[in-house]
Amino acid sequence: MMKRKFSLQCPMPETDFDLVTLGHGSGGRLTNQLLDKGIFSIFKADELQKRDDGAVITLNGPVAFTTDSFVISPIFFPGSNIGELAVNGTVNDLAMCGAVPRYMSLSLIIEEGLKIEDLWEILAAIKISCEQSGVEIVTGDTKVVEKGKGDQIFINTTGIGEILPGARLDTSRIKEGDTIILSGQMATHGISIMTVREGLSFESDILSDTRPLHEMTIDLIRQFGHDIKLLRDPTRGGVATVLNEIAVKQKSGIELIDDTFPLDPQVNAACEILGLDPLYVANEGIFIAVVSLNAADRIVDRLRKFSAGKNAAVIGSVSQDHPGKVIVRSGYGGKRVVGMLAGDQLPRIC
Amino acid sequence: MKHLEEYRDKRQVRYLIDKIRDKISTSWNIMEICGGQTHSLLKNGLIEILPEGIIMIHGPGCPVCVTPAMMIDKAIALALNTEVILCSFGDMLRVPGNEKSLLKAKAEGADVRMVYSPLDALAIARKNPEKHIVFFAVGFETTAPANALSVIQAKKLDLDNFSILSSHVLVPPAMAAILRDEETHVQGFLAAGHVCSVMGTDEYEPVAREFNVPIVVTGFEPVDMLNGIYQCISMLENGKTGLMNQYSRVVRSEGNIQAKKIISEVFEVGTREWRGIGEIPQSGLVIRKEYDRFNAEKRFTINKIPMNEDNACMAGLILKGIKKPHQCPYFRNRCTPENPMGAPMVSSEGACAAYYHYGYESAT
Repeated sequence: MMKRKFSLQCPMPETDFDLVTLGHGSGGRLTNQLLDKGIFSIFKADELQKRDDGAVITLNGPVAFTTDSFVISPIFFPGSNIGELAVNGTVNDLAMCGAVPRYMSLSLIIEEGLKIEDLWEILAAIKISCEQSGVEIVTGDTKVVEKGKGDQIFINTTGIGEILPGARLDTSRIKEGDTIILSGQMATHGISIMTVREGLSFESDILSDTRPLHEMTIDLIRQFGHDIKLLRDPTRGGVATVLNEIAVKQKSGIELIDDTFPLDPQVNAACEILGLDPLYVANEGIFIAVVSLNAADRIVDRLRKFSAGKNAAVIGSVSQDHPGKVIVRSGYGGKRVVGMLAGDQLPRIC
Repeated sequence: MKHLEEYRDKRQVRYLIDKIRDKISTSWNIMEICGGQTHSLLKNGLIEILPEGIIMIHGPGCPVCVTPAMMIDKAIALALNTEVILCSFGDMLRVPGNEKSLLKAKAEGADVRMVYSPLDALAIARKNPEKHIVFFAVGFETTAPANALSVIQAKKLDLDNFSILSSHVLVPPAMAAILRDEETHVQGFLAAGHVCSVMGTDEYEPVAREFNVPIVVTGFEPVDMLNGIYQCISMLENGKTGLMNQYSRVVRSEGNIQAKKIISEVFEVGTREWRGIGEIPQSGLVIRKEYDRFNAEKRFTINKIPMNEDNACMAGLILKGIKKPHQCPYFRNRCTPENPMGAPMVSSEGACAAYYHYGYESAT
């Protein structure tokens, strides 16, 4: 399996144990040993090192505040791991609010039996991702649950960021004629996970595209201000679900053009084989921007200057017709409604 | 994608649409047998750009839709046995039995796992020797070879903890049953290309002859579908019947001999119950006696579960092409993918789900 290795300058700490046990969650000596060697030696923010019950932070102006829990299985997947995902996920939620990510909490719920080696690699990924995004972990919690009561490790991160002065993100500003831009290729993350799930595994070199998106969103807001009307990262449920939410909330129609979707050929082929519609597959490294028509082309050009935005494209527009519905125009002239899914997308028999 | 793009070519699609329009002098009812073909029509918006007068009727070629509720009840009963791990294809999980679906049974604690291939279920059996693994083997002739192969492999490995719950059906007897129905409107068929790639085309000649209909073996891409429709209406317009093969790049008249051999090693033809249609003689595959030890229905005593198909659901009329999904009074109100009254609303290949999902009746 292709796995990106996260490693720190300092080597993995010598501990008396190679697995996390229930004792590590007891609050006693073992807990302290795990926290000293595993947490406090990696995350160096002053507020965290004080080891108080909570962090005291100072912020300027309006603040974005978000939380997310990460329960992905498997915890290591092609291109990344749950740790990097937990940081990027929250950083991106802040970015979609038009904020500069600043501080984060980190809660770990560890199932006893997790290898220290694995925990270390996850923590290394968290540290590196925090550095990339400029966020500091200032508070946190570690719990250990009995075998069978978790799935190796669950992570919750809560993030706080400062809203950019020029940000005017608001669904209610969306109007007919606005353009819908996708910042990169869709369905990559979801398919990368499926390649390693039990029962579905198949060989490919599709890697998760999890990455922080704040640099691009901050740049867009600074450059284009009020022309950026909405930013959303289409994680669970994919692009189709986010667009449906917008259409329903705004009581407007959304029209997409089939041929314009940025999609990696290998991911597309995997979707064809598995019988999945890429519009519903989860993403981690892209966002949807609803923007003013007159700025759309310049916004796409600007996004394409970023390596994470090189496949950015206009995929559709907001229309007066069919309010509350997302329609895809096929290249053949016909159209179809892309609705909300009832539950998970289930692969087809044949 | 190579070998795919040319069958999605826009100019070719427009050319075929024009050709069909030029050819027809009256209106024709054509049934596409396979759910995959129904999806291609809707997903690509073809159904909207077909010339007026071409009426597509969506056939029963969706394995999930035609698997009787009683078989799902059996799968659930097995899954709830703590010694059993039940493996199934993904889209079978949400289909309601008489009481609940496999997904609901999973939430209640049953060990239900989604697999892509029966061979994955076999791998689970080897990994879990303390459990008995049942693979829910449903489908048409397309899934039968892999399902049979899993049984042959299990025998070779002398695995005592693997069996299949088989509910296999065959396409040609269903076509004959539809044509025998007095209410049927079907005048011509697009046969399912992938089924014919396994079984060949020999079985279809007698059906075409007996009922005087054109049958065109057709693929799934837009250009395939339109070519199939064109060939079918050409025969209808010229008063011809018989068999044509649009999908000759994949389908040979003798089929896949190796796959057929594997099927007949494990299965024999027998009577099967079809959801919404009823019992059709000689319409399915049943496991041969020699393989009883891999037959879940022989390995486990499953209490007889009374048949209780929901009468309000008109799945039968839809699968036979007598009604369209949106002509059902419950479509989109009482019956939705979240709360399906019948199987065609569940499967991504089911006609009702396809109409719901692609919003066909509301987009036009």
